[in-house]
Amino acid sequence: MLFFLQEGPAQTGNYMIAGYVVIFGVMALYLVSLIVRRRNSIQDLETLQSLEEKEK
Amino acid sequence: MASKPVALKILDIITILLLLVATGLVFFFAPLERVMGLVQKVFYFHVAAGWVGMLGFLVAAMVGGIYLARGERKWDIVGLASVEIGMAFAFINVVTGSIWARPIWNTWWTWDPRLTTATIMLLIYAAYLMLRSGIEDPDRRARFGAVYAIVGFISVPLTFFSARLFRTIHPVVIGTNQPGAEGAFDMTADMRLVFFFSLFTFSVIFVDLLWHRIRLGQLQDQVEQLKLKFNV
Repeated sequence: MLFFLQEGPAQTGNYMIAGYVVIFGVMALYLVSLIVRRRNSIQDLETLQSLEEKEK
Repeated sequence: MASKPVALKILDIITILLLLVATGLVFFFAPLERVMGLVQKVFYFHVAAGWVGMLGFLVAAMVGGIYLARGERKWDIVGLASVEIGMAFAFINVVTGSIWARPIWNTWWTWDPRLTTATIMLLIYAAYLMLRSGIEDPDRRARFGAVYAIVGFISVPLTFFSARLFRTIHPVVIGTNQPGAEGAFDMTADMRLVFFFSLFTFSVIFVDLLWHRIRLGQLQDQVEQLKLKFNV
């Protein structure tokens, strides 16, 4: 409540930086997870398709 | 596997540009809130992330209904994609809310109705992913997932309206505000512009990510079908 008595805005820049680190960090992590999972799935698919062709 | 469609490539570029513009507006255009200072700038993406979270869960419930009616596996892929993206953004929403709360409410966390319902919502959808990972039969998994997404959606309006229905310190941004709420503020015209632009940007991010996640889901489905065929 003390910040209502102060003259200028509260010094909360560090919290803003932390907030945006979380926002962009989580979005970047999710993007990386999409890329990695896609790459792994493509490898799995190629392996399984080659197995399928060998069986024919 | 199909190469990336041109429309998706264009959407990727638009999404990146929108995010850059939205970030620029937040830092260089939106005015500094006179009491809270810089931390208030978290608000624009905090609310937008919450919106995308709820949008993801809404889409999951809707496609869950379509899956139960038609039994087509593509709707299950969309449902899983929506929940996953919804969870990532709901997580951002809860964590940034906590960071914002620390200097403004003088605590990282309080069991306020909005914070509690948002956390319960997040846990409900975490359980959705756990439930799915525990079922091997794809059709059974899709059926259970669809029912769970529909039932779990009850937590979404409960979270949205919790700040309006219950006594809370969480400010209501859209609609009537509570002047007495700790950390409440009235938006200026510039703030409103940045706020609605952020909401729009995050909606486009959702569509873009959803499209990518659906493509991944289709690929994973193909792999799963082949694995079942070879009994791997």
